[in-house]
Amino acid sequence: MPSPLSEKQIVDIGKSNKRKYILEKFSARLFLFCALLSVISLLLIIGFVFYKGAHPFIAEGYSFIDFIFGMDWVPSEGKFGIFPMIVASIFATFGALIIGVPIGLFTAIFLAEIAPKTIAKLISPAVQLLAGIPSVLYGVFGLAIIVPFLQNNLGLAKGQSLLAVIIVLAIMMLPTIVTVAETAIRAVPKTYREGSLALGASQIGTIFKVVVPAAKSGIMAAIVLGLGRAIGETMAVILVAGNSLILPTSLTDSVRPLTTNIALEMGYAFGTHQEMLFATGIVLFSFILLLNFVLAKIGSKGGK
Amino acid sequence: MGFFRKTTIGLLVLSLAAVLTACGNNNENGKDSSNGSGGTISISGSTSVGPLAEKIADKYKEKNENVNIEVNQIGSSAGITNATSGVSEIGMSSRDLKEEEKVGLNETIVAYDGIVVVTHPTNNVKDLTMEQVKQIFTGEVTNWKQLGGDDMEIVVVSREDGSGSRDAFQEIVGYTSGELIRNSIVASGNGNIKTTVATNKHAVGFISFEYIDDTISTLKINGVEATAENVLQQKYSLSRPFLFVHKEENLSQAGQQFIDYILSPDGQAIVSEAGAIPVN
Amino acid sequence: MLRGLLWFSAFLTVAVLVIIVGYIFYKGFRLINFDFIFGDYSPVGHGGIWPMIVTTIYTIVISLLIATPIGILSAVYLQEYAKQGRLVRMIRFATESLTGIPSIIYGLFGAVFFVTTLKLGMSIIAASLTLTIIVLPVIIRTTEEALKTVPPAYREGSLALGTTKLQTLYKVILPSAMPGILSGIILSMGRIVGESAAIFLTAGTVAAMPDSIFSSARTLTVHSYLVTQESGDIELAAAVGIVLIVIILVLNLSATFISKKLNKADY
Repeated sequence: MPSPLSEKQIVDIGKSNKRKYILEKFSARLFLFCALLSVISLLLIIGFVFYKGAHPFIAEGYSFIDFIFGMDWVPSEGKFGIFPMIVASIFATFGALIIGVPIGLFTAIFLAEIAPKTIAKLISPAVQLLAGIPSVLYGVFGLAIIVPFLQNNLGLAKGQSLLAVIIVLAIMMLPTIVTVAETAIRAVPKTYREGSLALGASQIGTIFKVVVPAAKSGIMAAIVLGLGRAIGETMAVILVAGNSLILPTSLTDSVRPLTTNIALEMGYAFGTHQEMLFATGIVLFSFILLLNFVLAKIGSKGGK
Repeated sequence: MGFFRKTTIGLLVLSLAAVLTACGNNNENGKDSSNGSGGTISISGSTSVGPLAEKIADKYKEKNENVNIEVNQIGSSAGITNATSGVSEIGMSSRDLKEEEKVGLNETIVAYDGIVVVTHPTNNVKDLTMEQVKQIFTGEVTNWKQLGGDDMEIVVVSREDGSGSRDAFQEIVGYTSGELIRNSIVASGNGNIKTTVATNKHAVGFISFEYIDDTISTLKINGVEATAENVLQQKYSLSRPFLFVHKEENLSQAGQQFIDYILSPDGQAIVSEAGAIPVN
Repeated sequence: MLRGLLWFSAFLTVAVLVIIVGYIFYKGFRLINFDFIFGDYSPVGHGGIWPMIVTTIYTIVISLLIATPIGILSAVYLQEYAKQGRLVRMIRFATESLTGIPSIIYGLFGAVFFVTTLKLGMSIIAASLTLTIIVLPVIIRTTEEALKTVPPAYREGSLALGTTKLQTLYKVILPSAMPGILSGIILSMGRIVGESAAIFLTAGTVAAMPDSIFSSARTLTVHSYLVTQESGDIELAAAVGIVLIVIILVLNLSATFISKKLNKADY
C-alpha cells in the first residue's frame, strides 16, 4: 500500500517539526533570559549603589567607622556621620511595630475568625484601599493633622517628632500586616479548630491557643514585611519627622531617619556629599537585606 | 478564547504607538532647536528662583508658542553644577557663586530678593538685632523670654544643607552650618518653612520675600522693616541676588532671548509682581 | 475581653481609613472641577493638573509595556520550564529581594544608572525604566500564582493531542491564567500611581506638559508632595490626593471585578 503522503509532504512535515523544535528551544532560552533579568537588575542595583557609596571610603580616605558612628552631619564642612539617623530609623521602626503589630494582628484575626461575613466583606476592601493610598498622602495627613494634634495636646514645642513618625508608620504598616497575617490564619486547617472546640475550648481560646500558634510563621512573615515597609518609607516620613540632626533621646525629639536624609539632600548634593548619600543608602540596604534573610529563614521553617 | 490574542495585539499596537510618538517628538525637538528661536530651554536650580522663573516662563510662552521651557527646582548648588556640566542650559542660584564655582560660568542678575525672619503671628517679638538672630540660630538663646517675649522655648526652623537661601542667610548673619543649633527642624523649601512657622507659635524661620503672606509675622532687623525699598536703599541687609548662570557655549539663541526678556521692562514687571525686587 | 479587643482593633483600622480618606476629601473637594482636572498647570493659584495626569499615564503605559511581557515570561519560565534547583532559587531570591527594596533606593539607582550613566537625563523614560524594575516582581509573583491555579489536566490534555509545549502555553495555559495575570497588572498600575520617592529622583519636578518621553515632568504624587513641601498648600495636595484615591479605588475594583468575571467565564 502506497503511503498516503507524498515524499515532498514528508520532507515538509520534517521541516516544520524542525522549525517547531528550534522555536521551542529558542522560546525556552527567551523565557530563561527574562527570568534572569530580575537577577541582573538586582545585581545592577547593588553594584551601582555600592560602587557610588563605597567610593569615598576607598578613594577619598574617609573612615567607614566614623561614618557609621559619627554624630555630626555637616556636608558643607566635610563631616559625614549618620549614627543619629541609624538610631532614628531603628527607633521609628520598632516604635511603629509596637503600635502596628497588635492592631494589625487583631484585625487579621477578627477578619479571619470572628467577623460576620458581611462585615468582613466591607473591611477587606477598606484594608486594600489603605494599602493603595500613596504614601505622600499619609505624609500630608500627618503634617496637617497628627503634627498639630501632638503639638496642642501634649504641650510640645514642636509636633514634628519621633512620635509623629511612629504613628504615621504604624498606620502605613497596618494593611501589610493585616493582609499577610489574615492569609496565614485562614490557611490553618479547619480540623485544628474543630479538634480544639471538640475538646471543649472556647472560640477565643481556640484562636489564641491553637490557630495563632499554628499560623506563627505566616504571622512572623507579616511582621517582617511590615518592618520592611516602615524602615524604607520616605515621603510620608520626611513631612512629619522634623529632620533634625540630633540623637533622639525621647519620643518628642524631632529626628532624621536614613531615608529622609537621602530624599532631603539628594537634589542638592554633588561630589562627595552625593556619594555619602549613596553610602546612607547602603546602610539602609543592609538593613533590608538582613530582613530578607530573616524572612527567608522564617519561610523555610514554615515549609518544614 | 481570543482574549489573550487580543491583549497581545493591543499591547503591540500600544507599544508601536509609544515608540512612534517618542521618535516623532524627538525629531520635532531636533528641528526646533536647530532653527534657533524655538526649542526647549532647560533651566534648573534654586527653589527660591524657581517660582519666579516659572511665572516668567509662563508669560513668555504665551508670546512664543514654539518655545518650551523646563524649570526644575532642585536647589542652587545642583543648578550651578548642572549649568557647568551642561545638563541644563541655564542654572538658577539664589546666592552668590563661590570662587570654585565661577569657572567658565556667566552670571546674570535677574532680580534681587530679601530674606525675612518670620515667626508665628501671635509672637510678640517683632524686632531683632542681627546679633540676636545669630544667637537664636546658633542656640545661644533658646527661650523667647530672653528676647523680651513670652516664656516659651524657641523652635528654630532652617533650610537644608545646600540650599542657596540657607547659604546666603548664614553668610550674612555670620554663622556656619556646623554652628547651627542641632535640634533645629530642617525643612526643604520656603513653603515648608512657612507652613511650619505658621502652625507653631514657638517657631522662627527665614523665607524669601516672595513667600510672605499674613499667616506669618515678619520681623524687623535692627529696626528696619523687610521691604523692597529698604533692600534697594541698602538699609535692610538680609538680601541676595537671584542669578541665572550659563556656559557661553551651551546657551542657545532661545535661551539668550529668554534672559533678555526677563531683563526687559515686561519681565521685570513680573519680577516685582511676584514679590521679588527688580534689578533697576 | 479579648473578643472586644478584636472588634476594637478592626474598628480602629477602619476608622483610620475613614479619617484619612475623609480628611483628604474634606480638604480638597472644593478645588475639584473640570478646569482643575483638565486645565493646564499654572504657577499662580491652584493650577490645573492635566500635565501631571498625562505624565502619570505615560509612566504607567511605558513601564507596563516593558514589565508585563518580561514579567509574564519570567513566571512562565519559573512555573512551566525550570527544573527546581540552584538557578531557580537564585531567581526567586532576586525577585523577593527586589520586592523588599525601598523605593528611595530604587530612586538612587535610577538617578545614577538611567539618568546619569545611560544619559537619559531626568526624564519620564528614566522614571519608567526604574518603575519597570519596581513592578517586575509584582507581575512575576501574581502570574506565577495564576499559573499554579491552572489544572495540570489542561496541560496534559493539550500535550496529549500532540501540541508542542509552546502551543499549549500560548493556547491553553496563558488564556486560563489570564484573569490572575490581569489583576497582577492592575495591581502594578496602583503601585506606579502611588510611587513617589523613586520618581522624584528620576523624573525631576518640571510642572509642564511633557513634550516627549525624554522630558522631565512630574507625576500626581510628586505634585502632591511638592505643593505640600514648597507652597504648604494642603488643600491643593488634598485635591490631588482625591484624584489619586479615586484612581486607586477604580483600579482595585476593576482588579476584583476582572478576576471574578473571567473566572466564571473560564471554568
